[in-house]
Amino acid sequence: MSALPNRLRRSSRERILVTPEGIAVPVTVASRGARAGALMLDLTFIVLLIVGTTLALLYIAGGTAGMLREVDSKSAAGHALQFLVILWIVIMFLFRNAYFLFFELGPRGATPGKRLAGIRIAARDGGRLTAEMVIARNLLRDIELFLPIVFIASAGADSGAAWLAATGWFLIFMLFPMFNRDGLRAGDIIAGSWVLERPRQKLEAAMSVANLAQRPAYTFDEAELSVYGEYELQALERVLRDKRPDSIESVYQTIAAKIGRSDGWNDERAFLEDYYTQLRARLEAGMRMGRRKADKFSGDRR
Amino acid sequence: MTASFSAIESAALRSDRFRLERESDWQRLEAIVTRMEKGRLRRISDEDLLALPGLYRTVASSLSIARETSLDAATLAYLESLVQRAWFVVYGPRTSLWEWFRGFLGGGWSAAVRAIWFDILIALAVMVAGTVVGWLLVANDPEWFYALVPGGMSGERVPGATAEALRSTIFGNSGQNGMSVFAAQLFSNNAQVSILAFALGFALGVPSLLLLVHNMASLGAMLWLFHGAGLATDFAGWLAVHGTTELFAILLAGAAGLHIGRSLAFPGQKPVLQSTAEAGRRAALVMTGVVLMLIVAALLEGFARQLVDQTPGRFAIGGFMLAAWLAYFFAFRGNQGRSGRDHAG
Repeated sequence: MSALPNRLRRSSRERILVTPEGIAVPVTVASRGARAGALMLDLTFIVLLIVGTTLALLYIAGGTAGMLREVDSKSAAGHALQFLVILWIVIMFLFRNAYFLFFELGPRGATPGKRLAGIRIAARDGGRLTAEMVIARNLLRDIELFLPIVFIASAGADSGAAWLAATGWFLIFMLFPMFNRDGLRAGDIIAGSWVLERPRQKLEAAMSVANLAQRPAYTFDEAELSVYGEYELQALERVLRDKRPDSIESVYQTIAAKIGRSDGWNDERAFLEDYYTQLRARLEAGMRMGRRKADKFSGDRR
Repeated sequence: MTASFSAIESAALRSDRFRLERESDWQRLEAIVTRMEKGRLRRISDEDLLALPGLYRTVASSLSIARETSLDAATLAYLESLVQRAWFVVYGPRTSLWEWFRGFLGGGWSAAVRAIWFDILIALAVMVAGTVVGWLLVANDPEWFYALVPGGMSGERVPGATAEALRSTIFGNSGQNGMSVFAAQLFSNNAQVSILAFALGFALGVPSLLLLVHNMASLGAMLWLFHGAGLATDFAGWLAVHGTTELFAILLAGAAGLHIGRSLAFPGQKPVLQSTAEAGRRAALVMTGVVLMLIVAALLEGFARQLVDQTPGRFAIGGFMLAAWLAYFFAFRGNQGRSGRDHAG
């Protein structure tokens, strides 16, 4: 399905996603390391937010001691403090449950941690990422993450069995993404979502346009062009775009030796660019006729 | 040689001409997508927003054509990533959370509740059974009470307490302070428990049911205690004010968990991942509603119960709430056609 030959695939994490229009788009599943890093960042942000708001509210309340004394009285100050306590409870609830929800429902589909790690969430079926999916995948975070952490903390290492059980629980869910191909965690399974790498690709200048202006200095005949296929063409394109003199030199040596030409000496780049343009023209003409040549080992396929 | 060269030249032009002709569309789409990715929705003109779906399709078709005609790997990679980014934006999360919420209240929620009716029946049966079991256990051996009701929760309400002491726990608290704080704590706690009941559905739903049984068993034990003091009706009234809403919410949460567990264990004709994902999305809708119901329950528990200090009034409030929820879930059809389309889209 993908235009890239298999050998040019960037990694084993690449998948094909079919959009509702029927376009096959290659996507890359986010690495587990990136996801763990994103989670760490997000947890750090949450803790910072919690500590920050708590300190701010305490400051407003004028210190804990004053608050405890006042909260039962019927004075206006007591009511104000009650309000602050309620605010605190609600804010804590929201930080725990709504932080991920809020950010993943945005147009970026990623929490700040995910954005920094260069990943985002998407619907696994190629359709729309709905609010229900985001809610479902984040509700499960409670048993995956927060609950076992609370258990581990409250059980303490000295209470043996309970601590082991809580740690086991924690590990099962943390290691869950290791045991399936797409790195799905339990919440992703429930929601039908997955985490992908965010694509970034600049449009590079067309290779063959520049040298079409003037007549090519080197022309190659059918026999010289027919030795290579699409795989070699794309490898050559990469070499030309990388512009590293030593690799251009060695590729020139290889190609010149293979086709038995030596007239591009000291003008390797121009030689290779002309060869690239003409090879691509030949292969593309073949494509339009339904003939493709995958690499140098294969004959013209009909 | 010359003939083949001119053929080469015209052919070489073709895939690049294709690219040069369409490049401006690609770059316009890229500019829009980049701005949307940065979250600057307001800085995008209406004209660009309207053009977005069309441009997305244009670029998607450019990609299909380029795959068949071009061997320019850089262009292909660019188009693939651009289509992917545009796909993220076009099929990304709904931009207006408010609109989603309106659809949710206006039919999506009740439709989701109706869709899991079977799990609701099972969860209801389990809850009733849990209450009965709690009652029977304590009736046989009052020691069970301490096992079923956590010490901090019971306070004065323990076996052997006088009827007077028990009565004082359900009446005459209207002057109590800190009610609003109490309500907020109740909400936070109950919401966390119901999220737990839902999330445990992932373990095939069994722990969800166990959690329901455990919660209801302590209720059964309490019921037995007040029954022994001849206060069963008053206790029921005390409970009904918020209980009809709160227990209903917990019932829905347990049912939502069970729904997921059931779809994992018995996916039927569909692949298990697909069946689970569909169930998960339905259950997520129900759970959003559960959190809303718990807010209502906490307000009722924190305020209405303390302000209405007699049993018939409490029953009236509780009964009204129950009827209102039932009517909303099962009689109200709303605009479910719209929410159905959202699922498909």
